[in-house]
Amino acid sequence: MVRVELPAHLRALAHVKGEVTVEVSGTVSILSVLDALEAKYPMLEGTIRDHGTRQRRPFLRFFACAEDWSHDPPEKPLPEEVASGKEPLLVVGAIAGG
Amino acid sequence: MSVVRVLVGTRKGAFVLTSDGKREKWDISGPHFAGWEMYHLKGSPADPNRIYASQTSGWFGQIIQRSDDGGKTWIQPGTPPSETKAPDGSPKGESNKFVYDTSQETGAPLTTHQFYDGTQHPWEFKRVWHLEPSLTDPDTVYAGVEDAALFRSTNGGKTWEELSGLRGHGTGPQWQPGAGGMCLHTILLDPKNAGRIVIAISAAGAFRSDDAGKTWKPINKGLKSQYIPDPEAEVGHCVHHIAQSALRPELLYMQKHWDVMRSDNAGESWTEVSGNLPTDFGFVIDVHAHEPETIYVVPIKSDGEHYPLDGKLRVYRSKSGGNEWEELTKGLPQSNCFVNVLRDAMAVDSLDKCGVYFGTTGGQVYCSPDAGDTWAPIVRDLPAVYSVEVQTLS
Repeated sequence: MVRVELPAHLRALAHVKGEVTVEVSGTVSILSVLDALEAKYPMLEGTIRDHGTRQRRPFLRFFACAEDWSHDPPEKPLPEEVASGKEPLLVVGAIAGG
Repeated sequence: MSVVRVLVGTRKGAFVLTSDGKREKWDISGPHFAGWEMYHLKGSPADPNRIYASQTSGWFGQIIQRSDDGGKTWIQPGTPPSETKAPDGSPKGESNKFVYDTSQETGAPLTTHQFYDGTQHPWEFKRVWHLEPSLTDPDTVYAGVEDAALFRSTNGGKTWEELSGLRGHGTGPQWQPGAGGMCLHTILLDPKNAGRIVIAISAAGAFRSDDAGKTWKPINKGLKSQYIPDPEAEVGHCVHHIAQSALRPELLYMQKHWDVMRSDNAGESWTEVSGNLPTDFGFVIDVHAHEPETIYVVPIKSDGEHYPLDGKLRVYRSKSGGNEWEELTKGLPQSNCFVNVLRDAMAVDSLDKCGVYFGTTGGQVYCSPDAGDTWAPIVRDLPAVYSVEVQTLS
């Protein structure tokens, strides 16, 4: 079970509070976690990565174990701590607009 | 007893304002979708409980919301379990998927438009500015988007397809963004001619289809825009908004960047009717529900100063279809008022005594229950108002 922490606006869209969890089969990567997340919460499709290009939206970043994974290949395996559920994958909205 | 429901889109959420036919006491619900930019909400004429809403964000992109109970609850079409199991097999989670037509058959020529610096720039979807539900089918709704294009859904907003004949008719490379972006902001459906659609784009101009959106032609004859290289060009005009008389759909009124215009032939030609307005710059324009020659505008000082002249918020009404205008000020601030009224932020109801409504970037929504003679704020302190639509319910 992989834990994912979403920005508040995406939690509202998904009608959830706090962290969400998803089942990922095979390699746990940004790609497989987002696939599982969108399958469980279809209302999030297009909000984290673009529908057409599947690229991360510019104002969103991915963090795992205090490391920025935003620019790593999405297929790259995430740390064991995330794959095992010990640590969450963080989807973080840029602090902008202030 | 009649009920009026006012749908307000703001910079930080949506609000639903409800009153009886007297339009004196109002119930306010909201913010719905708190914190999101709500560009536009509009109810279906065929089913008033069906409301579509455009929710957007620089972080998370475009969301389409739909209510089937008059705004009490909302869903993203295609995502609830009841809809993902729909027999039509619509893809789930695609209600926010707006992809330009790039097919070889219809989309191949649709490549670039003119950018601010005059170079060519590829079309990039940014957001939905305007949603226009079908006059007859609650599941059919049109979306005007930035970068300018027209999309249609025929399944309640679950999926969208571009009506690519608009971008494909040949002048697309000459279209350019206005200061707010290259948006398709006006969609008018003709109640007496099912195949006729009129749309407007900043800054390209007005276009009309007479075959339900397959083919289009520019309808800008008579527009004169001194700020473009050829003031009478076929396209390139910064049309801010167009309003249509429901009783005489061929009668159109336009608030252009500068100039107020009218057309008596569904846009075939336009005549300036700015007349005695103190300034003919502005964004909104609307038509009385029962009097096709009675129209309303809110003059704004200039394109560089987006607020009312002299700090006085004044609606101007013409009862002669333009040229002769009277200022309406009773109940509106007449000093130190420096708000703007954006292009989709005026609407009318269809009660016997026609109500007129508009919202400001200062967060006020004003109502006149007597066709403009007197005004009172329904609310004063909302986030900046992007859009106002009215449903008249019985």
